Amino acid sequence: MINALEQRLSGNRERGVASLVFFVTAGYPTADATVELAQALEEGGADALEIGMPFSDPMADGPMIQKSSAVALANGVNVPWIFEQVARIRNRSPLPIVLMGYVNPVLRYGVGRFFADAADAGVNGVILPEVPLEEWPRFGDHVAAHYLSGILLATPTTPAERVRAIDAASSGFLYAVSSTGVTGGNTDEQALINVAGMRTLVTKNPMLVGFGVSTPAQALAFAKVSDGVIIGSALIRQLENGQKSSEISVWARDFRSGLDARS
Amino acid sequence: MTWRNGVNHEKADVHGFSGIPDARGYYGAYGGRFVPETLISALDELEALYGDARRDPSFAAEYESMLRSFAGRPTPVTYAERLSAHYAKARIFLKREDLCHTGAHKINNTIGQILLAKRSGKSRVIAETGAGQHGVATATVAAKLGMECIVYMGEEDMGRQSLNVHRMEMLGARVVPVTSGTRTLKDATSEALRDWVTNVRDTFYIIGSVVGPHPYPQMVRDFQSVIGRETRAQMDALVGRDPDILVACVGGGSNAIGFFHPFLESSVRMVGVEAAGLGIETGKHAATLTQGTPGVLHGSLSYLLQDAEGQVQLAHSLSAGLDYPGVGPEHSYLKDEGRVHYVSVTDREALQAARLLSRLEGIIPALETAHAVAYLEKLMLTTRPEEVVVVNISGRGDKDITTYARI
Repeated sequence: MINALEQRLSGNRERGVASLVFFVTAGYPTADATVELAQALEEGGADALEIGMPFSDPMADGPMIQKSSAVALANGVNVPWIFEQVARIRNRSPLPIVLMGYVNPVLRYGVGRFFADAADAGVNGVILPEVPLEEWPRFGDHVAAHYLSGILLATPTTPAERVRAIDAASSGFLYAVSSTGVTGGNTDEQALINVAGMRTLVTKNPMLVGFGVSTPAQALAFAKVSDGVIIGSALIRQLENGQKSSEISVWARDFRSGLDARS
Repeated sequence: MTWRNGVNHEKADVHGFSGIPDARGYYGAYGGRFVPETLISALDELEALYGDARRDPSFAAEYESMLRSFAGRPTPVTYAERLSAHYAKARIFLKREDLCHTGAHKINNTIGQILLAKRSGKSRVIAETGAGQHGVATATVAAKLGMECIVYMGEEDMGRQSLNVHRMEMLGARVVPVTSGTRTLKDATSEALRDWVTNVRDTFYIIGSVVGPHPYPQMVRDFQSVIGRETRAQMDALVGRDPDILVACVGGGSNAIGFFHPFLESSVRMVGVEAAGLGIETGKHAATLTQGTPGVLHGSLSYLLQDAEGQVQLAHSLSAGLDYPGVGPEHSYLKDEGRVHYVSVTDREALQAARLLSRLEGIIPALETAHAVAYLEKLMLTTRPEEVVVVNISGRGDKDITTYARI
């Protein structure tokens, strides 16, 4: 069985369309922002939305997402609340939704229960960046049982054989990290070379590029050597600057137009 | 703990403590590697590098030579005559890690890791520090071997351990203040990991305790085990047998593991003393093993102070070195196995013990160490006069003198 995320991203790849995914921290900048933001991003041309589950100690994130996580936690965000928001988004839209977060809140919630409730709420995929291939099986079995996508990451330091194994263990898409470092960093020519090299190894899944993709021009450059991009810290920065949902739609549309220039 | 799906719950053979961790870095259900993919190849390289070094007699020779000629090992065991007389309930001995160069046990580990860094060809080392003892020990060996050194330290800790900040700077290290989160050891560790994930190709991360992703907990334990090995031989010379009870403080747990490990397969009783801060009942404490639940922080699965939603809770201890909501995975295993007994003492009890040890034995202990000494108050209610107790004096108290002067 193929879920809505897999359908959308694989369909895009077959049609030669670059996929556009946005990341937003749940409950940022305000607790009631997430549902509206999902709609704005969908109108702006998003193929899927990654919702970040905030954690007190985000060791893999740069300053933007660190700050947004702290705000979200202060806004009272927790796992049950995130499931409710997903269900509300799902009530009005088929937009594929992926949850992304640190592993401890998932362990605390209960692994089996987490994936069951996520699927019930309408979640399509899960990314746990602190869970490498070796630790993945105890999560992957639940992911598969609920027809969710389990998205693993490959990075510039991942050896070729391991990229292949990560591709084989992943579903939905493979998350290609463009450069070493935390989220929200800068990218350079080397990042494009890294991604282009990775692409030759990824055969099963669409490969989307994240970390440091912050402008439509960068998005296009990465889309030329992949199947699409993930925009995270750049969106958080817009929200921090107080952009309204209508403005976010217009902002997102620039990325969509940029990517559509690929074909 | 149904969430530990897929993890081997079977208790290890109690005689097999030397066989842990397993190949995946697990101590029973604890440990492992929970880090971003970017770090996996670096951890694989480190594991291979450490494996090669362990099989290479020249590495052991260089490590032991530096321990002897630079760190000042072996450290003595001192009979605490007046402290023993004070309680009249046991013969109390002190393992004197406070006499190590830089003033604490931390240098046993940094010498081992800097030699690995040299072997790896990387020229830049980074470290996190709480009380500053690990930062000073790292800055010291980096200076000795001519490497660039950056130490991450919480702003709160830089204030309360300013002597060590000056020492690190004197040694040529750059101390980076960490202003995120609680501005303590937990946040300094996150920041060091962010540096490592960014600069992984040319940077060697010298972790200061038996925490973090595999192989760090194992490697740090092995380097610190010199404490227990020496103690065992010294007690044999002094009293002709193993001691009855060992006592050590536990933050991340490196001095305690190093002290305990060579005795794990003996019948010696062991006590690990955590920080109860203002008191367990106030919620302001750092008693991870006695009050926490299993979870993942900074790369491994272990006991953790966390709330019902899995967010990490604030630890509290007057002692910067114990002010950490996590603990090494091997301690979690030893707790569940019942091999080590874990207890806690308050800030206040530790301060009293620091004063007592200073007045009776002429040794001003570090505030962390004072927690181990403080537990004697309770332990001495249960011992017999002929029993032999060894307390690991993990560090000296110069860095805490302004805190001591305020009380």
